[in-house]
Amino acid sequence: MNQWSNFTKGFIKESPIFVLVLGMCPTLGVSSAAINGVGMGLATTFVLAMSNLFISALKDFIPDKVRIPAFIVVIASFVTMVDLVMAAYVPALHKTLGIFIPLIVVNCIVLGRAEAFASRNSVISSLVDGLGMGLGFTFALVLLGCIREALGSGSIFGYKFINPTSDGILVFVLAPGAFITLGFLIAFINRFRKTS
Amino acid sequence: MAKKESTLKNMIICLLTITVVASAALAGVYNMTKEPIAAAAIQKKFAAIHQVIPDFDTLKQLAYLPPDGKDSVYLYFGYKNDSLVGVAVETYSEKGFSGHISIMVGFKADGTINSIEVLEQKETPGLGTKMTEPSFKDQFKGLDISKLPNEQVKVNKDQGTIEAITAATISSRAFCDAVQRAYQAIKKGGEK
Repeated sequence: MNQWSNFTKGFIKESPIFVLVLGMCPTLGVSSAAINGVGMGLATTFVLAMSNLFISALKDFIPDKVRIPAFIVVIASFVTMVDLVMAAYVPALHKTLGIFIPLIVVNCIVLGRAEAFASRNSVISSLVDGLGMGLGFTFALVLLGCIREALGSGSIFGYKFINPTSDGILVFVLAPGAFITLGFLIAFINRFRKTS
Repeated sequence: MAKKESTLKNMIICLLTITVVASAALAGVYNMTKEPIAAAAIQKKFAAIHQVIPDFDTLKQLAYLPPDGKDSVYLYFGYKNDSLVGVAVETYSEKGFSGHISIMVGFKADGTINSIEVLEQKETPGLGTKMTEPSFKDQFKGLDISKLPNEQVKVNKDQGTIEAITAATISSRAFCDAVQRAYQAIKKGGEK
C-alpha cells in the first residue's frame, strides 16, 4: 500500500473516532477542552506507533493462540512508560489527563490496530499506520475539544473570546454535550464520505 | 512466513520472553523517572507554600489529624528572622463534586487568610474548576474566620459570606469545607 495514503487514512477515511468509532471512553472524557485533546492524542500516538512497531517486528515469533496476551503486555508496558515519563517531566499535563493515561491500555484503537494491521503488515507500514491513526485520533479529539470548549466555555485553548464573567452553554462541557457533539460530527462526516 | 506453531512450548517461551523483557524495560524507566517524579511533587508543594504566605527563610512542618477526616492536614510554619510570618496549611475535602480536592491555604501571623492555591481537583471542567480562578478564591483574602458566626466559613446558600460559583455550589461548599479544616487544624494542632 502507498505509505502516504496509509498515513492519511487515519484522519477522515478510517478515522478511529468518526468512522471506526473506537476508543469512545477517553474521547468523551477528555474532549471538554482542546488542550486535553492534544495531550491525550499525542500520548496515544506514541503508544500506537511503538506498539505497532514492536508487534509487527515480533509477529512471527508470537504463536497465534497467545497473541492477545502478548499484545496486551507490549501495549501496557508502553503505556506505563508514557505515564511515568509524563509524571516526571510534564507533571502539569499529567495531572490534567489523570486517569485517562493509564486507560490508553484498554483503548480499543491500540489493540484494534495491533490485531487488524500490525500483525499482518511490514514493520514500516505498521509504524506509519500507528502514526497516522494516532494523529487522526489527535485531530478528532482536538476538533471535538474545540467545538465543546467554544460552545461550553466560550474559549479555545484557554483563550476566552466571550465576556470573561459570562458562561457558555453549560451542557457542552458535561457528558451529554460530548455525545451530542460527537453525534453531529459523525453525521456530518458520513454525509461527506457518502457523497464523495 | 514461518509463523511459530501454537505448541505449549512455543507459547510458554514466547510469553515468558515478552514479559521478562517488558518487566526489565519498565524497571529501567521506573528507576530513571523515580527521582524527577518525587522532585516535581516536592517542588510543586514548595511553590504553593511560597505563593500563599509572605516571604520566609525557615519552614517547620507539623501534621495534624482532624477528628472527622482520615488523612492528615499538614501545617507549614514560615519564619523570618525567628518570628512567625505565616502558616501554610495543606488541607483537603472529600465533599467535592468528583471527590477529593486538595488546597493550600495561607494564613498570616494575625490569623487572616493571605492567599489560597488549589493543589488537586477533579471538578467538572468549566464549572467546579472555576475554584482555581481568582474571581472565586480571592473572596477568601483577608478573611478572619474567628470573626464569622460560629467560626464557620460557608457559601451564601448556607447563609454564609462566600458567593458560590454559579452552577457549582457543591464544589464551592467543598472548598469552604477544606478552608474550615485548615482553620481547625491551626486552632487545634497549631497550639502544640
